[in-house]
Order: sequence, then C-alpha cells, then structure tokens
Amino acid sequence: MNIFKISGKNLTRNKLTTILNIILVAFGVGILSVLFLASTQINNKLEKNAKDIDLVVGAKGSPLQLILSSIYHIDNPTGNISAKDAYKLMHNPMVKRAVPLALGDNYKGYRIVGTDTTFSHLYGLAVQQGNFWQKDLEVTIGSAVASESKLKVGDSFFGAHGLTSNGDIHKQHAYLVKGILKPQGNITDNLILTNIGSVYKMHEEKHDENHSHTTTEETREISDKQITALLIQYKSPMSVIVFPRMVNQSTNMQAASPAMESSRLFSLIGVGIDTLKWFAIFIMGVAALSIFISLYNAMKERKYDLAIMRCLGASKFKVFFLVLFEGIVVTFIGTCLGLFIGHVALEVIGACQGASQARLTGFTAFPQEIYLIWTGLFIGALASLIPAMQIYKVDIAETLTKDR
Amino acid sequence: MIRISSLVHVYDQGRSLKFPDWEIGDMEQWLLLGASGSGKSTLLNIIAGLLKPGQGEVLINGTDLYALSARERDSFRGKHIGIVFQKPHLIRSLDVLDNLELAAVMAGLPVDHERNLSLLADLGISELAKNYPDQLSQGQLQRVSVARALVNKPDLLIADEPTSSLDDENASQVIRMLAIRAKDNGAALLIATHDARVRDHFTKTYLL
Repeated sequence: MNIFKISGKNLTRNKLTTILNIILVAFGVGILSVLFLASTQINNKLEKNAKDIDLVVGAKGSPLQLILSSIYHIDNPTGNISAKDAYKLMHNPMVKRAVPLALGDNYKGYRIVGTDTTFSHLYGLAVQQGNFWQKDLEVTIGSAVASESKLKVGDSFFGAHGLTSNGDIHKQHAYLVKGILKPQGNITDNLILTNIGSVYKMHEEKHDENHSHTTTEETREISDKQITALLIQYKSPMSVIVFPRMVNQSTNMQAASPAMESSRLFSLIGVGIDTLKWFAIFIMGVAALSIFISLYNAMKERKYDLAIMRCLGASKFKVFFLVLFEGIVVTFIGTCLGLFIGHVALEVIGACQGASQARLTGFTAFPQEIYLIWTGLFIGALASLIPAMQIYKVDIAETLTKDR
Repeated sequence: MIRISSLVHVYDQGRSLKFPDWEIGDMEQWLLLGASGSGKSTLLNIIAGLLKPGQGEVLINGTDLYALSARERDSFRGKHIGIVFQKPHLIRSLDVLDNLELAAVMAGLPVDHERNLSLLADLGISELAKNYPDQLSQGQLQRVSVARALVNKPDLLIADEPTSSLDDENASQVIRMLAIRAKDNGAALLIATHDARVRDHFTKTYLL
C-alpha cells in the first residue's frame, strides 16, 4: 500500500473517465507520432536517394516530374531525349559523372532501368549473389525485388510495357537474372538493372529481331537512339549556376535540381502536415481540458478522502502529489498507447501502400519520440495542477465535521 | 499527558470562545459535554491539531502541538492521535483492510498486517476485510472507522458525537466498544457528545 496504489485504485474506480482521458491523449499523441515518423522517413528517403546527384537532364516538361521519375522512380518520365545530345552533355568538361537512364518497362511493378556501369558507381552498388549484367537481356535485381518477387539467379522473366504492372507483356524476349544486389537501403533495392541495349531490344519492331547488336561499349549503345534521362554529378560546385542554364537555354532538354525540387515538393506536402499537426495539438489540448475537468469535478467528492488522509498524518504535499500523480499516470499511459498506435498505424499504412519505392514502416523509433512522452507528462501535470492546488485550501476540520 | 491552558478560539465572525484549562492523564476516559454549538467540535479539532487556536497552548506528552510546523503536526497527529468522526469517512476506492493500511502509510509507519487483522477481529468484523465501504452498513462502517483510529497505537482516541445517529442499543454498544478498545490499546479516550445516553458510562466530564 502506497500512494501509487491509492492513485491506481481511484483511477480504476472511475474507469470510464479514466479511459476517455487516456483515449484522448492517445489520439493526439498517435497522430503526432504518425506525422513525425512519416515525415522523417519521407525526408530521409528523399535525401538518401538523391544524395550524390547534382542534376537531372531529361525531356522538357515538369521538373518535379522529371525528378520523381528518374531519381525516385515514382512518376512517369517526361519523355525521351536524343542520345546524341545526351552524349554531348556527358562529355562536357563540367561533368564528373553522367549516368544515362532508359526507362519504360517493368516487371510486377518493379521498374526495369536500362543504364550502364556508371549507375552502380553512382550508388556504390555491390552484388550479393551472381554478377552484374554483361550482355543484352541480362539483369541484376535489387534485394527487395529478389525477396518479394522470389526471383533467383538463373531465373528468367518477361518485362511488361509501361510503369505499372498491368501493361502489355513483351513476350518476344525474356530477361535473365544474373545477379542480386546487396541491400542498399535506397531506391536501388526496388529496381531491376540492365543495359540500355536491352531496353531498345524490347521496343524494336518485329522485323529487327534478328538484327542483333550485342555490344557492351556504351558509346555505341546509345548512338542514334533515344534515352529517358541523364543523372549528372558536377566536377565542382561552381557549375550549379552555369550548367543548368546552359542546358535549359541551348538545348531542347531541361535540367532539374533534385535538391530544389524535393524541397519544393516537401513544402507542398508541408501544408497538409502542418494542418494535421495543429489538429493533433488541438486534440491534446482537449485531452488536457478533459483531464482537468474530471479531476476538478472529482475534487468535490474527494475532498473528504483527502481530508481524511491529511487527518491520518499525510502532509499537504503528499496529498498534493497524489492528485498530480493521477493526472500524470493518465497522460503517461495515454502517451505510450498513442506511440504504440502511431507505430502500428504507420506499419498498416506502409503495408497498404502500392508503390514499394516509398514504403513507410512503423518498426523504427526516433530519439525525438522521447520528447512526445515528456510533452505528455507535462500536459498531465499542467492539467492536474489546479485541482491539486485546491488541497491547500481545504479546511480539514470543517470538511470532516460537516455532514457529507 | 494532555494539558490545555488558556485556550481562546476566535471565530470568523469575530466571536471568541474561551476554554477552561484541562488536564487528561494517561488512559483516562473523559466526556466532553455541551449543547450543540457550544464549541465541542472546535475544541476537539484544536486538541487534534487540526485547528490553530487564537491563543493558548496544547501540550501532548510534553510536545507543544502548535509550536510544531504544519508538516510536523500532521505527522504527530498521525502517530499519536486516533480520531473517530461523526461520519465514518472511509475511502471508497479502497477495501476495509486497505483503509486500515492507509492510516499507517499516511503516518509514515510500517504496515502491521497481523495487528490490522486482530483489530478487525476484536471489533467482530474480520469477515469484512475485503469488502468495500459501499457494501457495509452504517454500524459496520462505524466499527471500521474505530479500527482505523487505533491502527497506529495512538496515545489518545478522540470520538466526535459517535452515537448521534444510533438507536439506544447500538449507542451503548458503541460506547462500550470505544471504552474497551481504548483501554486495551493503552489510549486515553475523549468523547465529545450532547447525548444524555452516554453520560452514565463515564465519570470524568468536562463541561462547555
């Protein structure tokens, strides 16, 4: 028997009020933690995937769309650019590394990316099993693709046209899995990599079929054809100003900066996140008010209990702490429950997400979540402060001698 | 053991009440008599350390009650004085045994489970140990509150109008119970009442 047991007994005696208050707190904290986890994860993903890419060059259109399609592999490409023009840019003295991309097909929703060895250098890829692709129609698949589609080294599959899994299937050629990449924790886990020649081959007219040109030399590969985009790394940061302007003005291609576009994207989503955040804070406020009102109302009845405790020898502070503690217990349970709900909810949202490229997970925790717990405790203490203060005003002698 | 001298209480309305000096020896049993409104409860509250008098001092075992700080006084009361109120005032979210334990915990004393059980047995309510106050009758509640007042082996047991809502038979039963329990536990007994039925049981009276 101690002060904690007394609080606990009193809270269980008023079950409904206690549950209502816990649910209110849990709701507020739950929403906040979902927002927090989701926005942190999205932010991390955006940054991680665009880490070493200074610029993306592609067909004219929406710069955001270009970034989304060629770095995050979410949206559709803006169109194609001539490989000849791209080749010129790739050998510009300001460019340290340029990675050509040919997009257009998928296998069960995983995008097939035609590129060359610079791509694996850009992302620092390594194989876990098998080898990198060498010839046309050979692919190396990301770790997530391997685990979810059950493809193994040596398996073959047909790609489908388009970027979603319900396009026409290219029955004339099958891809052969040559290797599986080590998990990278970025977008490459969800990609199927091959050379650009394979992508061309898929889209050749029927009569060209026998006209094979198996060459690994990259300049030949992209000679008179078209590609989707170029990922560019500068030699020096000075090029940030000059190079995009040069591309946008002197060619019929457009240049988009991942940093600028993703911050623009984030500021667009940000409005929604802010609204939800205020909503969650509002719910927390209501929770605090509800705890305050229920404790305050209960004081009328509990005045006798507290006076008896004083009479039995408890100091004012002990009784004060008892009331304060009850408010804190409610918010603490609510906060923990809210964090749990938040994580579970995010995991469910992640499981329901179609695009595996940006899947969210609830199985992570951030040290900042500690602040949520502290905030909860603070709100609990604040809401119970005024009811607890009444202890100091209660006249024990009068309360106990008077009839109930 | 207890001595009050030159006590004066000043009411909020400005009326003041002077109490005659009084000395209570160890284990003596006293009645505090007076009509309603004569200040019996006020005097009891002053002796119990619940109400600071305007003037004068209350000495219990040589300790000047109102020279102590509020906190020390609370703890002194918990350890040395047991009080039975007109209403039982049990804590409704705790069962009977927990209500007894509460008295020890609030006074900062160790819980003596055996003693609590034997107190209940002495009062004939040991089978109610796990019941909640809502499930008890008025008489049973009264007994529990007497048991609670005795938990910490007080030097002084104070009862404020313990018989006011009881019939003749129950009233004399409660009075006998208080007298016996106070004696068994080595406590002095002080009963404030205006009830004529109580008078026959005690010889020492203090009239207001």
